[in-house]
Amino acid sequence: MGELRLMKGNEAVAEAAIRAGCDGYFGYPITPQSEVMEYLMAEKPHERTGMVVLQAESETASINMLYGAAGTGKMVLTSSSSPGISLMQEGLSYMAGAELPAVIVNVVRGGPGLGTIQPSQADYFQAVKGGGHGDYKMIVLAPASVQEMCDHVKTGFDLAFKYRTPVMILSDGAIGQMMEKVVLFDPIPRRTDEELIKQNPWAATGKPKDREHIIITSLDLDPAGQERVNLKLQAKYRTMEENEVLYETLNCEDAEYAFVAFGLSARICQKSMDLARARGIKVGLFRPITLFPFPVKQLNDLGKKVKGMLVVEMNAGQMIEDVKLSVGCSIKIEHFGRFGGIIPTPDEVVKALETQIIGG
Amino acid sequence: MTEEIIIAGFGGQGVLSMGKILAYSGVMQNKEVSWMPSYGPEMRGGTANVTVIISDERISSPILNSFDTAIILNQQSLDKFEKAVKPGGLLIYDPNGITRLPVRKDINIYSIAAADEAARQGLSKIFNMVVLGGFLKLKPLVQPEYIHKGLEKSLPARHHKMIPDNEKAIDIGKELIQAVQVL
Repeated sequence: MGELRLMKGNEAVAEAAIRAGCDGYFGYPITPQSEVMEYLMAEKPHERTGMVVLQAESETASINMLYGAAGTGKMVLTSSSSPGISLMQEGLSYMAGAELPAVIVNVVRGGPGLGTIQPSQADYFQAVKGGGHGDYKMIVLAPASVQEMCDHVKTGFDLAFKYRTPVMILSDGAIGQMMEKVVLFDPIPRRTDEELIKQNPWAATGKPKDREHIIITSLDLDPAGQERVNLKLQAKYRTMEENEVLYETLNCEDAEYAFVAFGLSARICQKSMDLARARGIKVGLFRPITLFPFPVKQLNDLGKKVKGMLVVEMNAGQMIEDVKLSVGCSIKIEHFGRFGGIIPTPDEVVKALETQIIGG
Repeated sequence: MTEEIIIAGFGGQGVLSMGKILAYSGVMQNKEVSWMPSYGPEMRGGTANVTVIISDERISSPILNSFDTAIILNQQSLDKFEKAVKPGGLLIYDPNGITRLPVRKDINIYSIAAADEAARQGLSKIFNMVVLGGFLKLKPLVQPEYIHKGLEKSLPARHHKMIPDNEKAIDIGKELIQAVQVL
């Protein structure tokens, strides 16, 4: 078993990056994720592994440093919170277009605008449906614990390089700030330059005499060429949908109703499920772990077994659209949410189940 | 076993660190734990609170609206959290600065004059450990050896020389805590 620690979610991200063999972190402070860079600065990973940690002058600079470093095949990470992630959208679209691997952590806070510093899930659409321009997708992982904050960094890098794609970890201010027990995976050495070149022949690593230039770009002024780029991206997204769906179910075997929730909301729903079951309500929990690719088939299957679903989100109703597209119109699917940094309590979620789904 | 605890007081009273030491001690004893602070503007000079859950099972919601135990260090927190204690649950408060006493008859109420006693013994900086000692007397969730390991893990190395004082403060708290009858 790996090393056991009590850590904040944000600290777990930072430690996991060092242990995953990350080459560089570029970021700009913003609550509620500042502990990521704070931990990295204190830990001095350049002394431990040679990893670079750099505070950029803005989020726009961070994402473009990430773009440049990813283009050389380096394993790189940035993190921010909602307003900062909005500033990064142009860079994310460019990276998706240029097919570059990187992990981006969004510790979401309440919006819109500068909003609040409290937890929220209102950036679901931005993460899953695009955010930046053009037909692109990112793999989006939604951790529900400090352990997953750690594990998703490693999974994120694996997927980013497997598909040459940006991967987003969509967390929130509570998962980032709370401490839980975490078992850290054993450190993986950073790749040497030779390994990097061998594993990533597409990367701009310096031109030897015996091959053509490698050009990293998201620009193709010939529409036929740009359509080919799009077709290639779409084929890649279909492969992700086929192979990379992650989800968790609890008590769905005998369930008459289901909560559908991701991240912190799923943790709250787990408590609500216990409270409701103690009162004889047979309710289960379905938790998407990848928000893209979305567990369409698995939710469709669940929809054939239960009478209704309550989608619980800390937003005004975003993931519910994907739940409805997955399940169809055969059963009742309603949304319950709190906004702007307010976290729903387990009791009010049970009440919403009773009034909106069972009695409604 | 699952124990859901809220610790609440002023920022600077050691609310968050008391929770962290309790949580880390739980980790050392191989329990599941969560530590969820209130943070943000209210942390800077106002009230601070932290929800600590210690369990033998996987922990569901780290955020709760009712608690098995409330540990209260100021009036605002008493006003806010007395009603959040589950029936039959436990409320511990330090009477220092409390003018409106708790009134519920369906919960077990204890008082611990930790701030005064710690000041008398020159341990003011770690009066939170006196309070923790009182709690552990009533609910021995973690054993002293694991508290020791929890202190080692949660305090930076330069403060390890303070561990004996912390343990002394915990022992003082165990003697100091008293049941309160609500008339």
